[in-house]
Amino acid sequence: MANLHAEGKKPEYLFWVGCAGAYDDRYKKVTQAFVKILAHLGTDYAVLGTEETCNGDPARRAGNEMLYQMQALQVIETLSNYEVKKIITCCPHCFNIFKNEYPDLGGHYEVMHHSQFLRKMFDEGKLNIDSNVFEDKTITFHDPCYLGRGNNEYESPREVIARVRAKNVEMARNKSFGLCCGAGGAQMFKEAEPGNKEVYTERTEEALETGANIVATACPFCMTMLTDGLKYKEKEEEVKNFDIAEIIARGLGL
Amino acid sequence: MTKQLIFIIVLLITLGVFSYTISRLVRYFRYTKPAFPIRNIGARVKETFRVAFGQTKILRWPFVGLIHALVFWGFIVITIGSLEMVIDGVAGTERILGVLGPFYDVIIGAGDIFAMIVLIGVVIFLGRRLFLNIGRFKGIELKKESKYDANIALTLIFLLMVSLLGMNIGYIEMHGGAEQQFTGVYPISEWLAPMITGNMDQSAIHQLHEVNWWAHILLIFIFANVLPYSKHFHVFTSVPNVFLSRLEPLGYLPNMDNVTKEVKLMMNPEQDMEQEAEEEQSARFGVLDAEDSSWKNYLDALACTECGRCTAVCPANITGKKLSPRKIVTDLRARMKEKGPGLRKEGLDYSDGRSLIRDFISEEELWACTTCNACAQECPININHPTLILDMRRYLAMEEAAAPAEINTMFTNIENNGAPWQYSPEDRMNWAEEIYMNA
Repeated sequence: MANLHAEGKKPEYLFWVGCAGAYDDRYKKVTQAFVKILAHLGTDYAVLGTEETCNGDPARRAGNEMLYQMQALQVIETLSNYEVKKIITCCPHCFNIFKNEYPDLGGHYEVMHHSQFLRKMFDEGKLNIDSNVFEDKTITFHDPCYLGRGNNEYESPREVIARVRAKNVEMARNKSFGLCCGAGGAQMFKEAEPGNKEVYTERTEEALETGANIVATACPFCMTMLTDGLKYKEKEEEVKNFDIAEIIARGLGL
Repeated sequence: MTKQLIFIIVLLITLGVFSYTISRLVRYFRYTKPAFPIRNIGARVKETFRVAFGQTKILRWPFVGLIHALVFWGFIVITIGSLEMVIDGVAGTERILGVLGPFYDVIIGAGDIFAMIVLIGVVIFLGRRLFLNIGRFKGIELKKESKYDANIALTLIFLLMVSLLGMNIGYIEMHGGAEQQFTGVYPISEWLAPMITGNMDQSAIHQLHEVNWWAHILLIFIFANVLPYSKHFHVFTSVPNVFLSRLEPLGYLPNMDNVTKEVKLMMNPEQDMEQEAEEEQSARFGVLDAEDSSWKNYLDALACTECGRCTAVCPANITGKKLSPRKIVTDLRARMKEKGPGLRKEGLDYSDGRSLIRDFISEEELWACTTCNACAQECPININHPTLILDMRRYLAMEEAAAPAEINTMFTNIENNGAPWQYSPEDRMNWAEEIYMNA
């Protein structure tokens, strides 16, 4: 972003990579898949690179409003320096906080989750998938809480997945009834409280019951939890966990 | 005339006791904190029609949801008839709203049919509670009283419907005969009448009507005064609670403006500090006790019917953790009841050495929440549990620095290197280099 700005350019979109997208080894692949799609589309975008910092969501969900607001005001300042108006992100938690909570601190942006962006590109005819790589596959989609219940977005990821023409199946609890992966609300960063089961095991079992061979996710935390769940259930060979961006990138042959 | 007098006295006693009870509950609102301004009346009316009158959220559980919806709609229609009874009782008239003509026929006819539907509904509800082993009706937060509570309320409703039908049957038989000179239409009662009054003479029929009329109106008075002491208070509170819902998406968490002030002060220290310091004295970050919660939290607590749909869908609860969203809400109600009288006497400085966190809700429960909003999504009357849970976390994290150790590590990481994990900010673009490496 800094480079483009120095040249006097204002990219249309800021792609907010997010901490998981930048550091998590598995989720970095999603970031890479998504930027390949952006390159394929010729989207006018930029990333903040090393100027990006945590937008404060995990701190906020763990009750540390002070730390959240310090991060947020810092991010808002960076974004206003670059006159950012539109943000795309692969992380529903980042999506939610930018869309719903930054306005309270003076940060107003048009925010899109990558599922919404991809859907828009398909709807506008800018993306087309002709390949049949997924034709013999069955995909089930796990709703991220902060996309689904949090922001009533159930259809975009499903519309996007439908473009690869795989067989789609739903889990018993889906859309607004969807079961959390167990990582929201800063649970990602701590062990779960004592109980008789891990939430991700419960959800993974439900995903396996569908008989799907691909569990699609659209959130870095869901991905960590469900990938762990598949390993725990020793199903990681037969059933794969992909982000919707990876599915589309593969469908496009990227 | 004597009948009127007795009725008026009973009515006044009922209203007196009722307003006393309500005022006792309502006066605690003054100890609560602001939540949000009540704007956007149009959207609120819409939400009330959708969620309250439309019963859309309770219908997410289709079978019991439908029965509840029928009972609810029945109550609304039947209440119009009850109002007529009050007017009749005071004025010494009989079926005075009959002047409304066809409209009256529709209302009273629907009420008569609904009486039967509600009757069947509560029998099913009672059967479920007494004979079926339903997970939702159990839980550590449900004491014995709340079970009796439900059964007493359902029994009262049962008797209300029996007496309503009894009264209608008596009425049509009194005025029936060949001429059929009664006001209104009574499809169910007319069908039942021959079976009930087959060999009764006119005076017996008259008695049947009197007994049921009085039984019905007295049961209404008793019911209204039992409700505020039971979880069935929702009969009064749920519609206002829906009207006063938070309208933002569930993912939204309200901003803490007092924190914003402090943060801005830290970033910009030359700002006028004196006036800030004055205002901030009493404010505590987050919720430790009942009086730290907002009026909306307290209204939620008063409106909760303890149906347990929230707990039934809570991922933490499903997997055996201690957290139960229903308990969070009922604990707030219990704590306000416990501490409220003291607050009234001694003001906000009052302390009984107890608090909502720890004496009612453990830290373990609070940290088990994934903020997935399944509870809030499910609540038939739009109670929002996660905001209250988060406000309690805010107290723990900011006032006591009492977050779990791993969470504190996460905070430190964000402070030091701008990410919840311990990675260097310099490495933020490594993913991009790896693309070229893989290519």
